[in-house]
Amino acid sequence: MNKIVRQFGFYVALIGLWQIVAMLKIWKPYLFPTPWNVVEALRAGFADHTFWTGMAVSMKRMLIGYLLSCVMGIVLGIVLAQSRFLAETLGRLVVSIQSLPSVCWLPVAILWFGLTEKAIIFVVVIGSLLAVAIAVETGLRNVPRIYLMAGRNLGATRVDLLLHVFLPASLPHLMAGLKQGWAFAWRSLITGEMIFVSLGLGQLLTTGRDLNDINQVVAVMLLIVAIGALADGLLFRSVERIIEKKWGLATTNA
Amino acid sequence: MIRTDRERNEVARYSAALSTADEQAPASGFREPAPTPARETSARAGDPRKIRIDRVSRSFTNGNGSEVRALEDITLDVRTGEFLCIVGPSGCGKSTLLHLVAGLLSPSAGELWVDHRRISGPGSDRIILFQELGLFPWLNARENVEFGLRLRGLKRPERQQRARHYLQLVHLAQFEDSYIHQLSGGMKQRVALARALAVEPDVLLMDEPFTALDAQTRDLLHDELERIWAATGQTIVFVTHNVREAVRLGDRVIALSYSPGRITRSLDVSLPRPRHIEDPQVALIARRVLQHLRGEIDKSVRAEYRHE
Repeated sequence: MNKIVRQFGFYVALIGLWQIVAMLKIWKPYLFPTPWNVVEALRAGFADHTFWTGMAVSMKRMLIGYLLSCVMGIVLGIVLAQSRFLAETLGRLVVSIQSLPSVCWLPVAILWFGLTEKAIIFVVVIGSLLAVAIAVETGLRNVPRIYLMAGRNLGATRVDLLLHVFLPASLPHLMAGLKQGWAFAWRSLITGEMIFVSLGLGQLLTTGRDLNDINQVVAVMLLIVAIGALADGLLFRSVERIIEKKWGLATTNA
Repeated sequence: MIRTDRERNEVARYSAALSTADEQAPASGFREPAPTPARETSARAGDPRKIRIDRVSRSFTNGNGSEVRALEDITLDVRTGEFLCIVGPSGCGKSTLLHLVAGLLSPSAGELWVDHRRISGPGSDRIILFQELGLFPWLNARENVEFGLRLRGLKRPERQQRARHYLQLVHLAQFEDSYIHQLSGGMKQRVALARALAVEPDVLLMDEPFTALDAQTRDLLHDELERIWAATGQTIVFVTHNVREAVRLGDRVIALSYSPGRITRSLDVSLPRPRHIEDPQVALIARRVLQHLRGEIDKSVRAEYRHE
């Protein structure tokens, strides 16, 4: 309860500060909006359904892209963890490619898929796939050998070991990877939508700039932050709590 | 070679054990107990030999590429229903021998047999209880015990029932829902024991299972293990560096030499059961074994210092 009160107080103070800075008129109102202007923009945006549509379009792309990258990333991570040869060749390549900002893939995506949904989903997938794969590989490689021996000793086959020992044992790593993958996917999506006009929240940001409407720009930014925080709170926190409960606090970061 | 603190402690314990043995050495002559014939339990079975280890050697290549001979020319039969203890200084290959019987390692030379079948991999007839336990932190105590049963395709109700039975056997029934990090060292040890027993193996291989425990917990677990062994009639091969523990538990004690590990002595312990680790007769026989092992322990300790 105390924590909620503290957090609530913090945000009230922050908005208060914002209001005061806006009232000082250091910057012109069309460059620095008041909190109320932004609330007004949010209301208007939801009232004429542009925000709802934008959110729906973005979330749909996000879900498709993220799920694809999770499945492919987990498979790729498992494959990479199977042999030293693959880790030294393909694994190194994956790590190098990951340093490429995902928006760099957009030109390729547009040339391959045209200005379609496929192109934007491709960018989302490529943005998070490698992070998930690397986390899965690291997790699998760091499973203590004793779990492997205990599993074999109790009669586990290779498939049993993967499903019942390696994957659960690397769950803390896997979760960290999925969480990072989500963040990367979300960023890739918004960036992609800003560059390549196609509804979605990213495009609403660009429209706001084109119309010189700072209120809409800030309102959409708040929406993007809110969705990110909500996903983190609902999806990942709950799983992390389960892991903490089972493994104990001390080993969660191990 | 990197030595862990645990291994260093082991050396320290050895030296301490040795000095007490010297102080208490009896002035009068000590007569070694006469070897006894095989236990009745082994006579019951058709062939008394459960495990046959035939001229087995095992070498490892260590970090700098040189070859280390862990075990050399081990020949050993374990009788059905026998409680066999293997003692020796650290680095004598005791654990290697257990891993060979478990099928987690293969020998460099020689053969191992269980029930006339050559050992070529892990099997549910031989379950090893690791020193590090290897309990799964993502499962609770009962699910850990169920693990081996699930792999065997047992249905959920049957699995749970059997897991509960074995948790009861080790007095942990009320902790079945606890996760591993919530349990004390002795409780973890018992969960691991229950997990091994639940598979109902013919052979239980125990690798220094009670080393990390305090004396009271260890004594308690000795009693429980002896009780369970008497009830199930399993064959147990128990590895330890604690000679008293070996004499307290074993029908027979085998001493291994240090690097390469060779069998230097086999001693039948015909003391009546139940025994206690503080029994004077246990202490007497343990002292005898320690005196015999002394040279090997010295070698082990000197090697440890050389590596530091």
